[in-house]
Amino acid sequence: MRTVDVLTAVVLMLLGGVVVADSVRLGIGWGTDGPKSGFFPFWLALLMLAACALILIQSIRRKSSAPFVTREQLSPVLKVLWPAAAAVALMQFVGLYVASALYMAFYMRLVGRHGWLVVIGLAVLVPVVTFFVFETWFLVPMPKGPLEAWLGY
Amino acid sequence: MGFENIVLGFHIAITPFNLFVAVIGITLGTIIGVLPGLGGANGVAILLPLTFTMPPTSAIILLTSLYWGALFGGAITSILFNIPGEPWSVATTFDGYPLARQGQGGQALTAAFTSSFVGALFSIVLITFFAPILAEIALKFGPPEFFAIQLLTFSSFVGLGGGNPLKSLVSILIGFILAAVGLDIVTGQLRMTFGVTELMKGFDFIVAVIGLFGIGEIMLSVEEGLSFRGAQTGMKLGVVLETWKILPRYWRTFVRGSFIGFWMGFKPGGATPASFMSYAFAKRFSKHPERFGKGELEGVVAPETAAHAAGVAAMLPMLTLGIPGSPTAAVMLGGLIIWGLQPGPLLFKEKPDFVWGLIASMYTGNIIGVIMVLAFVPFFAAILRIPFAILTPLIVVLCAVGSYAVHNSMLDIWYMLIFGVVGYVFKKLDYPLAPLVLALVLGDLAENALRQSLIMSQGRLTIFVTRPIAGAITAVAIFFFLLPVITPWWRRLRGLPTPAAPSATHG
Repeated sequence: MRTVDVLTAVVLMLLGGVVVADSVRLGIGWGTDGPKSGFFPFWLALLMLAACALILIQSIRRKSSAPFVTREQLSPVLKVLWPAAAAVALMQFVGLYVASALYMAFYMRLVGRHGWLVVIGLAVLVPVVTFFVFETWFLVPMPKGPLEAWLGY
Repeated sequence: MGFENIVLGFHIAITPFNLFVAVIGITLGTIIGVLPGLGGANGVAILLPLTFTMPPTSAIILLTSLYWGALFGGAITSILFNIPGEPWSVATTFDGYPLARQGQGGQALTAAFTSSFVGALFSIVLITFFAPILAEIALKFGPPEFFAIQLLTFSSFVGLGGGNPLKSLVSILIGFILAAVGLDIVTGQLRMTFGVTELMKGFDFIVAVIGLFGIGEIMLSVEEGLSFRGAQTGMKLGVVLETWKILPRYWRTFVRGSFIGFWMGFKPGGATPASFMSYAFAKRFSKHPERFGKGELEGVVAPETAAHAAGVAAMLPMLTLGIPGSPTAAVMLGGLIIWGLQPGPLLFKEKPDFVWGLIASMYTGNIIGVIMVLAFVPFFAAILRIPFAILTPLIVVLCAVGSYAVHNSMLDIWYMLIFGVVGYVFKKLDYPLAPLVLALVLGDLAENALRQSLIMSQGRLTIFVTRPIAGAITAVAIFFFLLPVITPWWRRLRGLPTPAAPSATHG
C-alpha cells in the first residue's frame, strides 16, 4: 500500500511539474487584458506540488504492511481490464457492436463459464438491442464496421 | 406569487409524455441503483446522450427521475443483500440487513422507502419556497461572489469530507488542472497540449464520471469477488399497511432526519455524513439504543430520511447558482449546458417553464417512485441474482457506449478506461473522486470568475474580502479549508483525545 501511495504522489508531483513548466511558458503574470493563460494553472499546480509533497512525507512515515493488492485480487481485475482494452482496440476496425458482442461472449465464457447457449444468446441480443435503442430510436450513432455496412447501415 | 409558478410547473410535469418519461426514469434508475458499478452519477452520464433529441424539460425529468430511482434502489441492496450501492446507504445496512435476516425485510423496505419519500418531500417543499428567493439574491452576485461560492464548495470537501484533507485537496486540484487542458477561450492559447492535437478538446467530465465511477467501481467489485447472497422477501400489501401503522411513532426521527438531510445536503458531499449523523442522533435519543444495529426499524428510518432529503437538496444550488452539490447534479448541470440552457439564477427568469416543470416533477417523480418500488421490489431484487460474469461485461459495454456518444469520439473510450484505472487506484488510496469530478465541471466557470474578479480589482486579491457578501463567504471557506489544521490543535488545547484513524466517509 505504501509503495503505491508514494508512487502516486511522485507521479502527481511530476504532473504538477509539467503543468508549472507549461504555465510559465504561457505566462503567469498580468497581460494586456487581465491574467495570462498560465496564471490559474500555475497556482493550482504549485499548490498540488506542495500538497503532494506533504502526502509523500505522510506516506513514507506511516508504517503499513498491508499490500495494495494481492495476487488473488489482481487477477479478476486484469480479467476485466485487458479484454476491455482489446475490445476497444478492435472497435476501430469492426465497430462497437461487434466488438461488444465478442467482449461479452469472451468474458461470460472465460470467467463465468456459462453455457454456449447463454453466451451466444446474450452476446447477440445485447448489441442488437443497443443498436436499435441508440441508432434508430434516439439517433445517436456508434462506431460501425464492415458488418453494419454489409447490412446496409 | 410563487403559487401560480408551481401550478404552471404541474401543468408541464403531468402531461402524459412527461409522466411516461418519469416512469421510465424511475425504473432505469432503480435498476442502476441496484446494480454494482452503476450509481446515480454514471447512470445519468451514460443516458445523457439519449436526451440530446428530447425537449429539455422532458430530458431533465428523465435524468432527475433516474436519480430518485437510484436513491430508492440503493436501499434495496442495502437491506436485502447487505451491499450499500451508494456510500450514503451504508448506514441503512446497520439495521436493515439484520431486519431482513429476521424475515422482516418487507417491513424494513417499506420503512426505507417511506422515509426516503418523506425526506425527499420535505426538501422539495423547501426548494419550492427557497429556490426563487435564493435565485433572486444570486442575481445580484458578481464574479467575486461566484468565485467565493466556488471556494466554499471545495472547502467543504476538504474541511467536512472526512478522510485525508490533503488528498481531498489534491483531487480538487487535479480536476481543475484537467479542466484547464485545451483551448483557453479567453486568450485563444493552447494549454498543456504539448503539440498533441487530440488534447485540444480537453477532457470531458462525463467521460471522467463514467470511467472513475463506472469502470473503477467494477474493478473494485470484481476484486472483492462479490457473490450475492440475499435475504428473501415477500412484499405484501398487508406488510406495507402494517408498517405504515407503526411508522408515525417515529415522527421525531423523521423530522430530525429531514432537517439534517436538507442542511447537509445543499453543501457538496453532504448525503453521506447526513445519513450517518441522522443515525447517530436517532440512536442517542432512542429509549432503546441497545437495539440499534440488531434490527431496529428506527435505524432504517433515520439514515434513509436524511440521505434522500440531502439528495434532493443537492438540486437547490445547481438550480439557483449553477453550482452542483453532488456528482450526479454535476452531470445534470452538464446536460443543461448541452441542451442550450445557461445554468444559474437567470434560468428562473428566462426559462420558468423549465425550472418549475422540473420542481413539479420532483413531487410527481417521488410519488411515482415510492409506489413503483413498493410494488416491484421482488423484480428489482431479482436483478442481483443475475450472475456476475454477465453483469460485468454488460456494464462495461454500456459505459463504452455512453462515453462514445458524448462526442462521437473513439479517444473518449480510451480515456474512459484510463479514468477507470485512475479511479480504482485513487479509491484504494483514499483520494476522494467526487471533488475531482466537480472541479472538472466547474473549472472553466471558476477560472472565468477569478479572472473577471481580478480584472475588476486590477489584480488585487483583496476583492474577495472587501465586498461584504463575497467576504463573508470567503471567510467561511477559509475556515473550512483550515478546519483539518485547527481541529487537532483545538482538541489538544481542550485535552480531548485525538480520534483514531479517520474514517473514509466522503460521498
